[in-house]
Amino acid sequence: MLKIIKVEARLFVRDRLNSLFAVLFPTLLLLVLGAVPALRTPAEEFGGLRFIDSYLSSLVVFTLGFIGLQRVPTVVATYREKGVLRRLSTTPMHPARLLAGQMVVNFVAAILSVLLTVVVAHLVFGVDLPHHPLGLAGAVVLGGAGTFALGLVIAALAPNARAAGGWATAVFMLLMFFGGVYLPRFMLPPAIQAIGSYAPPGVEALQQAWLGTAPDWRHLAIMGLVGLVAGTVAARTFRWE
Amino acid sequence: MAIIAVRDLGKRYGRKVAVDSVSFEVAEGEIFGVLGPNGAGKTTTVECVSGLRRPDRGSVTVLGRPPAEVRSAIGVQLQSSELPERMRVREALSLFSSFYPAPVDWSERLGLSAHLGVEFGRLSGGLKQRLSIALALAGSPRVAILDELTTGLDPQARRDTWSVIEDVRSAGVTVLLVTHFMEEAERLCDRVAVFRDGRIAALDTPSGLVSRVDGATRVRFVPSAPVDLAALRALPDVTDVTTAGQQIVVSGSEDLLHAVTSLLARRQVVARGLRVDQVSLDDAYVELTGGSGAEDH
Repeated sequence: MLKIIKVEARLFVRDRLNSLFAVLFPTLLLLVLGAVPALRTPAEEFGGLRFIDSYLSSLVVFTLGFIGLQRVPTVVATYREKGVLRRLSTTPMHPARLLAGQMVVNFVAAILSVLLTVVVAHLVFGVDLPHHPLGLAGAVVLGGAGTFALGLVIAALAPNARAAGGWATAVFMLLMFFGGVYLPRFMLPPAIQAIGSYAPPGVEALQQAWLGTAPDWRHLAIMGLVGLVAGTVAARTFRWE
Repeated sequence: MAIIAVRDLGKRYGRKVAVDSVSFEVAEGEIFGVLGPNGAGKTTTVECVSGLRRPDRGSVTVLGRPPAEVRSAIGVQLQSSELPERMRVREALSLFSSFYPAPVDWSERLGLSAHLGVEFGRLSGGLKQRLSIALALAGSPRVAILDELTTGLDPQARRDTWSVIEDVRSAGVTVLLVTHFMEEAERLCDRVAVFRDGRIAALDTPSGLVSRVDGATRVRFVPSAPVDLAALRALPDVTDVTTAGQQIVVSGSEDLLHAVTSLLARRQVVARGLRVDQVSLDDAYVELTGGSGAEDH
């Protein structure tokens, strides 16, 4: 299993454009936005915070969404389409382990990306370190699990890698919208904001854990539930060839 | 004892019967060929032997056990299965080696040593095939199942691959070889099963299959003067006489040539452009599989 993770990690890193984008883009975006003075000034709309403070959770949403919905479904569907999973079925190793290795590597990449954002936000813009680190960890893990599981459902149900990519992109766009990546959340109508709180990767829980007091357990529970249900559907419907 | 035993195998996909009551046994150390047109049930049969599919009917055993229980003793090279684009040859070899208790490195013998750092997506078709064989053999299997391994290779690469298969056999590995090249089957296989419509139409040595064909020898010539076809037909070794333009084609058994030339000599007819053809496995195959249109590559 360790060997598989090692190989998958190498493949991840070798796919430079995607891996760098997944890990570095949120932090770069933070740096660019933070370079605009107006976005560094506390304002009413953000509850007395700066724009960049209120946008932190959306950056994490982007990370989890990009990895869980842009990378996971395409890689998994491609493995199936190219017969990689079928090939492994003939060896003593079950192909599920390859998928597990894939998940581990992508998850580690997501965590690295979030850590990088936390550190840069703190050092460059003086953003507080997460107020509730355990809550943030929980929100990242559960929100990530929910998002990854959705990605796996898409990989399971899509007829081929191209379709998987297309479907996943549609879901990705939608979740990014709810997660306040395109438009800051304060500009969204309350109903949309509410959906965003419950839709993976769970922008509200992330924000609360970082700069509020603690994430709402109901938000976390919903993420966990989405992960569980989607994960089960994916496992039940997955085709190995 | 048979290392592979297939008894009364049946498999259907929905309403389509892919394989119907197929039985055969492969002895240890044998190279066993599986021939037949596309859709004849070759691949399904081989997939059942690899443990990739569960038979609907009948039984398949490898080393006396169900294939899924002896995966580490079976090395499989699948038709059209790839590896991740960016995985390097070295990584693929070491990954697959890690699945087995007693891995063997075939990269040297397969001429992969110079390409260890190359990514799968950049390998030529021939090298991909060779890697695929190396991975099938990585676990030092007792049985190697090779599905259309030389399809898409140029003639030189094909011959190189054949000598690899001979090496594999001399290493004591039993080989189940799916192919649609008769030359390949003739050169490599000890015995061949010809599939047709989900059943085995014939199972024999390559030369045994050839000898089943009536009129295994053909003599063609253009006579210098008209010849009485009835006299030719009356010769004991002749089974058939046909004409194609001026050319006369006489089919029959092995001693045909002598009989025909003596007859012509007696009548003082010279046979121009004389040619003798031996029926090949190709012809036997076409006859056994019902010929026309059955095969579409």
